[in-house]
Amino acid sequence: MYRSHVLVCGGTGCTSSGSQQIIDVLKKEIKAAGLENEIEVVKTGCFGLCALGPIMIVYPEGTFYSMVQEKDIPEIVSEHLVKGRIVSRLVYDETVTENGIKSLQDTAFYSKQHRVALRNCGVISPENIEEYIGTGGYEALGKVLTEMTPEEVIQTILDSGLRGRGGGGFPTGMKWKLARNIVPDADQKYVCCNADEGDPGAFMDRSVLEGDPHVVLEAMAIAGYAIGANQGYIYVRAEYPIAVKRLEIAINQAREYGMLGKDIFGTGFDFDIGLRLGAGAFVCGEETALMTSIEGNRGEPRPRPPFPAEKGLFQKPTILNNVETYANIPQIILKGADWFASMGTEKSKGTKVFALGGKIKNTGLVEIPMGTTLRTVIEEIGGGIPNGKKFKAAQTGGPSGGCIPAEHYDIPIDYDNLISIGSMMGSGGLIVMDEDNCMVDIAKFFLAFTVDESCGKCTPCRIGTKRLYEMLDKITKGQGTLEDLDKIEELCYYIKNNSLCGLGQTAPNPVLSTLRYFRDEYVAHVVDKTCPAGVCKDLLKYNIDPDKCRGCTLCARKCPASAISGTVKQPHVIDQDKCVKCGACMETCKFGAISKN
Amino acid sequence: MKSLEELKAIKEKMKSTIDLRHEDPSATKVIVNMGTCGIASGAREVLNAFAEAVAENGITKSVMVSQSGCSGHCENEPVAEVTAPGKEKVIYGNLTPEKAKEIVEKHLIGGTVVEEYKI
Repeated sequence: MYRSHVLVCGGTGCTSSGSQQIIDVLKKEIKAAGLENEIEVVKTGCFGLCALGPIMIVYPEGTFYSMVQEKDIPEIVSEHLVKGRIVSRLVYDETVTENGIKSLQDTAFYSKQHRVALRNCGVISPENIEEYIGTGGYEALGKVLTEMTPEEVIQTILDSGLRGRGGGGFPTGMKWKLARNIVPDADQKYVCCNADEGDPGAFMDRSVLEGDPHVVLEAMAIAGYAIGANQGYIYVRAEYPIAVKRLEIAINQAREYGMLGKDIFGTGFDFDIGLRLGAGAFVCGEETALMTSIEGNRGEPRPRPPFPAEKGLFQKPTILNNVETYANIPQIILKGADWFASMGTEKSKGTKVFALGGKIKNTGLVEIPMGTTLRTVIEEIGGGIPNGKKFKAAQTGGPSGGCIPAEHYDIPIDYDNLISIGSMMGSGGLIVMDEDNCMVDIAKFFLAFTVDESCGKCTPCRIGTKRLYEMLDKITKGQGTLEDLDKIEELCYYIKNNSLCGLGQTAPNPVLSTLRYFRDEYVAHVVDKTCPAGVCKDLLKYNIDPDKCRGCTLCARKCPASAISGTVKQPHVIDQDKCVKCGACMETCKFGAISKN
Repeated sequence: MKSLEELKAIKEKMKSTIDLRHEDPSATKVIVNMGTCGIASGAREVLNAFAEAVAENGITKSVMVSQSGCSGHCENEPVAEVTAPGKEKVIYGNLTPEKAKEIVEKHLIGGTVVEEYKI
């Protein structure tokens, strides 16, 4: 019996800022104070507010401490845990009001969120199956096995309107129905989980696996019952060591408790799950490449049809769902399809998890009902753009998606709206850009990523993306022509229409969407040979305003290329041939005499 | 483990643990003062007695047992304040673990303020 729990975030973000050391010191200090039988220390998954890590919450008070350091621990123990006096200097400032401390649920970051997939992240210990059971875990599996037919399960998922959270947005229930019915006499079927999250800046699935691994296991067993499979595989990237470790622990515990294995709940239903580690190739997030990789071959896509529902893993009927999709399933079974369908928009039901990154104050993980506007996500939940800069665009869907410009700031986020404006939901990475980001440079960045990650099997993707990259590179160096812009567009459509798999078919999206909304920036690079955002180095020029320069010589001494000359107390000049455009002079100048354009 | 009954038993066992981690604004608060004066006169034992009694009676969802610093009633320590939503705060003093258990049963479950321990 513990009267108080101290929850410390053990997600990747907080772990890398030292939460494990904090836990060690905390346990030591609690023992030294003789409180080890009264206060429990729990390592949880991600709380979402990664920007303020390491994060710690003390219950029952619900005190939210942020940016906790090892040296703060003795004070938290002796003041808060022993004497009940909250250490106010460490409390998350959003929770501090004139009348004391308000609940975390009432802060701007949390109040607009609705947690379904993330409901246990930051609440339970992911390494303890009993805590998962305590929150209603494995109840849905019990209900499905004892009270529902497989057809009823599939109908419930269909009625809920749940669509794939990995990016495509295909109705999950439909996928299950196909896999159940398409090959009626199949001797073997498989349930796979795509945990090969690879978009730059996306960490939704990682956080679910790290914070609540059992929910994925439970949902996969439910899916197995629904389609008639008794074997599952989770394909997870080896670059997610914490997720892999917790999955291993979870699978072992589930077997020990009889939630996986033979004759689950005494119903005669068998189901087991194997873990397969991916070596980090982006293309293995594509469903056919993923299954080829599980089979032990080099991860390359294969043509569809046949679709996995007919001939998937080892040529057997297979369903493949993403981690976040699975994380919704047990709640839908327990609370009903109507409950889930009551959230979201007409064609996009439920909630979506987004990883906020880029130029935003509250970097982290949020879960919002579908249909929330981009403005709400960025300005209210995300805390806005730092340093008073202006919002320029948000990139969703990673290298497969596109950007949403300021003119669509108030668009309700759902699958169909995002596609209609040339972006896509993707798995949920949301990178915010301000006026200092060059859109041509952004497109080039994502293209460089796809060039690296193209598996090389088909020509349009292998060579097309490379040529596309070269043309973008030319433009950022000021050597592009207006003709190139037309050629780029033509090549984009060629790659989209002719590539074998989703990687190539979507690779040109970042280019197409920036061309659509920021064509003037491309034109500025081509015609005026300038980069309006001041990012592309080859087009930048640093100048000293002779009226403002006092001749203090600071910049000349700071310049690493000795490109600045002049006599003391006289205006200095920059030798453009020597300048390497590092910007050191501009940072040093105390009189604002140096500008770039 | 195999049966659904056993699953339910584990859920029941974990109830007080999980309840502790949810903030419920409508919960009744029991705050034990844990200043130096309180600790010296046995407030920790009282605090733990409250927490245990609340868990044993299965009312962890509706009652939150917490602590605070000294409230100025040093001569009457250990002191505990019981605040139910919409009701006036009741302050109990000179508590012992036994008295704490009695307050849980009579006041928190039964709904009757234990007048003799009030200060």
